[in-house]
Amino acid sequence: MTTLLPRPALLLLRRLMHYAILAICALAVIYPLVYTAFASFMTPDESAQYPPKLLPSHLYLGSFRTVLDLVPLQTFVLNSFVISAAVMLGQIITASMAAYAFVYVSFRGRAFWFAVFIATMMIPWEVTVIPNYLTVKAWGWLDTYQGMIVPFLASGFGVFLLRQFFLQLPRELHEAAKIDGCGHVRHFTGIVLPLSRPALASLGVYAFLNAWNMYLWPLLVTNSDTMRTVQIGISMLQFQEVTVWNLVLAGVTLVLLPSMLLLALGLKQLVGGLTAGAVKG
Amino acid sequence: MNTTEAELAVKRVNARTRGTRRSLAVIGKETAAGYLFMAPSLVLFAVFLFYPLAKSVYLSMYLTDPRGRVAMFVGLDNFISLFRADAFWNSLLVTLKFTAFTVPTGLLAALLLAALTFGRLRGMRAFRFIFSLPVALSVSTSSVIWSMLYHPTTGTLNYFLSKLGIAPVQWLTDPAWALVSVSIMTIWMNSGFSYIVLLSGLQGIADDIFDSARIDGAGPFRSFVQILVPLVSPTLFFLCVISVMSAFQSFGQMNILTKGGPAGSTEVFVYSIYKEAFINYQFGTGSALALVLFAFILLLTLLQFRLGERKVHYH
Repeated sequence: MTTLLPRPALLLLRRLMHYAILAICALAVIYPLVYTAFASFMTPDESAQYPPKLLPSHLYLGSFRTVLDLVPLQTFVLNSFVISAAVMLGQIITASMAAYAFVYVSFRGRAFWFAVFIATMMIPWEVTVIPNYLTVKAWGWLDTYQGMIVPFLASGFGVFLLRQFFLQLPRELHEAAKIDGCGHVRHFTGIVLPLSRPALASLGVYAFLNAWNMYLWPLLVTNSDTMRTVQIGISMLQFQEVTVWNLVLAGVTLVLLPSMLLLALGLKQLVGGLTAGAVKG
Repeated sequence: MNTTEAELAVKRVNARTRGTRRSLAVIGKETAAGYLFMAPSLVLFAVFLFYPLAKSVYLSMYLTDPRGRVAMFVGLDNFISLFRADAFWNSLLVTLKFTAFTVPTGLLAALLLAALTFGRLRGMRAFRFIFSLPVALSVSTSSVIWSMLYHPTTGTLNYFLSKLGIAPVQWLTDPAWALVSVSIMTIWMNSGFSYIVLLSGLQGIADDIFDSARIDGAGPFRSFVQILVPLVSPTLFFLCVISVMSAFQSFGQMNILTKGGPAGSTEVFVYSIYKEAFINYQFGTGSALALVLFAFILLLTLLQFRLGERKVHYH
């Protein structure tokens, strides 16, 4: 090829192919989402047609209204939001505290406890799900916020992520704080936390999305419509007697909007942030 | 030489003992501080992770009544009856197949996408956003969307196939296709996360490595295989471990799309646990199953570390 084509032409050709491949991949990745968005703007008649219509004829908003009347989607979203926000805050607090201990406090057994914390990441959640269900049930926490929040407030992954970040902070700051007679609490809240905002944000986005997307646990511990989370509510839509497609997809669209927004805002934090400490030992 | 070294050693010992005496109080204070800072996480782990793990072991040796109370000690009978049941081997096989379908394909796809969008070409930001999109999706929303796409008559996938002149596929109701369909949906759903992690990994690699490769006349294929893959191998290894774990733990997509069917062809491990514990209310055998799952994940992870670490190229 190099002999047949001059170099600039070859580069141009290569670039064109590059974009063509990218476009095809992008179409494949985004198609299910575009389809969902389009279908939620279709009228019931349009969505039932065969061959299936790919584009709505006009922006019909009735499906959104109907789906909001049919299922208490607002309640689901609110529940999910309360739970995810609480889990996010809780994980940031517990994980940053523990990570602080592992980096800045020199105490006996530190290495041992760190190994224990790392080992928690190896225990699959499913192994503990049966006893946890029994615990939560015994405490009368079924169908409550605390039943869906408290078991998730600690995170071994979070501790690991933040520890790696704290280790990268300049050591001199710690020495200076020590000389100034700054205690651990003041050092932690006044210096380490403010400096770690990027890492805390990464953990926050990650924890929030994970809590927002939880499926098995809320399925087990909720049974009333007032406590359902979005994820359970959405999959219930599918089994309602009215399985009108565009209604279901209108619901999905509504539910997807907040997470898409969060992704658009937090993508930069996620790229880089998540792997800052996780990849290289 | 000898004297100076000995003197130094004496000095060092002296310094150490003096230091110890002075800092005994400090050490006590530090230890207290350390445990106080760890306490919130430690208490939560104890209640919701270590205690349940021990309780799982305990439950796995008992028969339980539907309310979760222990009824009778049976020792290892739960495990023995598990290993004798065809359902157990079926769900193990399904899980392994599911892992084999989703992990290598998913990683390769994400790696390709990351390699294509990592440079500084025009418009890459938009492509990066599109390829990251699936990370914001949950199991349940993805499954609901794909249940529509897979619908045998009104789903658009079969419509596109018919346009290409291919006979419609019974995506979710044909035992030969169901696991494949669930896998396709899972690859799509997980691609966002793998993509983001790989893109981050790639951004840690200096651009000039690729520039010099290009000047040396390395084509896109050669620089992908010989430069990019080895450089990104630590990230790839990390993702491989994580993906195998998550494949072994998948549940939501099977529960929503196929309910483990048709004919058990998509009944993965966690679905069996769910069925045993929360549909049949057999917490004892359910716990036994969960422990077997734990053992498998542990084994696979250790195996990956033994085999993989050697091939990974840390720079």
